[in-house]
Amino acid sequence: MSNIKYILGSFGDPDEMMHGIEKLQENNIKIHDVYTPMPIHGIEAKLGVKRSRLDIAAFFFGITGTLTMLTGVYLATVVDWPINIGGKTHFALPDFIPITFELTILFCAFGLVGSYYASTHLFPGRAPRVMDIRATNDRFIIAIDAKANADHAKIDELLTGAGALEVKYNERKYISYE
Amino acid sequence: MSGHNESILREPLITGKDITYAQITDDILLPVENKPNKAWWIGFIIALCGATLWVVAVSYTFWFGIGSWGLNKTVGWAWDITGFVWWVGIGHAGTLISAVLLLFRQNWRNSINRSAEAMTIFAVICAATYVVSHMGRPWLAYWVLPLPNQFGSLWVNFNSPLVWDMFAISTYFSVSLLFWYTGLLPDIATIRDRAVGMRKRIYTIFSFGWTGNVKTWQRFEAVSLILAGISTPLVLSVHTIVSMDFATSVIPGWHTTIFPPYFVAGAIFSGFAMVLTLLLVARKVLGLENYITMFHIESMNKIIILTGSIVGVAYLTEFFIAWYSGSEYEQYAFINRSTGPYWWAYWMMMTCNVISPQLLWFKKIRTNIAATWILSIVVNIGMWFERFVIIVTSLHRDYLPSSWAMFYPTWVDVSVFVGSIGLFFTLFLLFLRVLPSIAIAEVKLLLKTASEQSKKKLIDEGHLDKEQVDDYLESLNKFDSVNKADYTIK
Repeated sequence: MSNIKYILGSFGDPDEMMHGIEKLQENNIKIHDVYTPMPIHGIEAKLGVKRSRLDIAAFFFGITGTLTMLTGVYLATVVDWPINIGGKTHFALPDFIPITFELTILFCAFGLVGSYYASTHLFPGRAPRVMDIRATNDRFIIAIDAKANADHAKIDELLTGAGALEVKYNERKYISYE
Repeated sequence: MSGHNESILREPLITGKDITYAQITDDILLPVENKPNKAWWIGFIIALCGATLWVVAVSYTFWFGIGSWGLNKTVGWAWDITGFVWWVGIGHAGTLISAVLLLFRQNWRNSINRSAEAMTIFAVICAATYVVSHMGRPWLAYWVLPLPNQFGSLWVNFNSPLVWDMFAISTYFSVSLLFWYTGLLPDIATIRDRAVGMRKRIYTIFSFGWTGNVKTWQRFEAVSLILAGISTPLVLSVHTIVSMDFATSVIPGWHTTIFPPYFVAGAIFSGFAMVLTLLLVARKVLGLENYITMFHIESMNKIIILTGSIVGVAYLTEFFIAWYSGSEYEQYAFINRSTGPYWWAYWMMMTCNVISPQLLWFKKIRTNIAATWILSIVVNIGMWFERFVIIVTSLHRDYLPSSWAMFYPTWVDVSVFVGSIGLFFTLFLLFLRVLPSIAIAEVKLLLKTASEQSKKKLIDEGHLDKEQVDDYLESLNKFDSVNKADYTIK
């Protein structure tokens, strides 16, 4: 038993899995992470995942885009090469609203998605740290650190009691890939 | 989420008996994980011939210049910009479905957003190639970018809608691509975890290491919502700016403030028609009747009637304003449009865009797959003619009668257009083979709340209002994927 690193409770139903999380938490068993094939609403509150600050980041990326375009256009049309078009003002702001808007969106989207990939460690070719291969298909997996929670029989009982279809004892943290 | 049952008054978004999460994965990945069937090969070979024609015609244009098109000194824009606006418009439905319907929490978008977004990307690729090839010297296409250069440095004209358009289209394309790809990550991971060998290695690279843990999913939802929030004004701005290519000019027939809303409505109109054209076939060939149901088809048809009618009102308003303006040039442009040498194009547009979509008011027609499919193609023909009418009929009789001309397309014009359709279908058919055509994770979300089986369970449990159950059962009649014999009560 001592080689076991992680205990996985494999559920076939999201509501039963949520029930399993409650049961484990009532018994002070710390949950390492949960892997699901679809987003589960309300789970972040249960597991204490903090609110995302990506929206704040997105706002500042967007503002950066706005300022970049306005500055760039000002430098091009007023400082670097002013053109007299029928005596109209060089910095014709209404004309620059569409492009300023586009650059705001562009910076916001790329900054947002870039921050998301960086904060969740997603990048091309990253080795997937999968604990159970069915977690992207039809199983809802609760992972528990086996070293930190010694009473394995109790965990098994709680998971099965909550409706787990299967309880796995993994000797490696992540299943071997390749 | 999964704890709440959706009201019985809403029609089911997933039909079929005993659908499980595993079955959703299997059903959707069927075309990805198996060898293509005959229908796919036939379609692909035809599309590939079209794409080849496109390569030939575009290469010919690059080599010999745009003199190989039928343009003349009076009609300087014709099939090129018609094709460009047509394709950009088609692309709009994808963003509308993925972004606007997400903001409005329209769950029926979940099973059509993936392929609609793919369609957006391929349509914008087709549109962008027109932009590049109509420049005449495509190797200087980078001149539209505000890059420092050796002329002084001479900047692009930031006051020009053509420059705005470059910003709009490139932002639109790249943001759509980001949105689409981020949404694809969980589904690519699903394919990865079921694949073996080389396939597994490839999908591993493209899945970015997705595991589906809590934090990633939570952030994923936040990102989707913000991207939807910024894509919504983006999609409206794109066709607004496309319309400004015309509206900011002083050409009678173009110089009109109604263009932005009218172009946006037209874009959604043609985009939804193209989504229907593609999905009605894909649904049948790939066996996705349980996920793309009659409810989805009917909902899209309703959007088509709405936007088609907006377009119809815009046509009439334009005509009224031409008369009301008192400007004889404006009046002549419209009289010439409807009764001049291009009367047939004008009336083709009117029939296809305004009159025939009204048939969709009849429930029998909008829930009939064959009729819907034909109407969707009719709409796209009409929308092509709309752009042709706006562009060519406004130009061909200009201020000097001595320079009046007609536009006759050459084989290159026709081949670039037909070829771009081939290119679009080639890309779409390849997409169906390598990526899931329905967002697997998003459809799984609906299984416990909005599926036929969950609603049937509620009915079987019996605590529901009888009248509501009857209404619900009646609404199931139109579904071709529901077996009414399963409902024994009553």
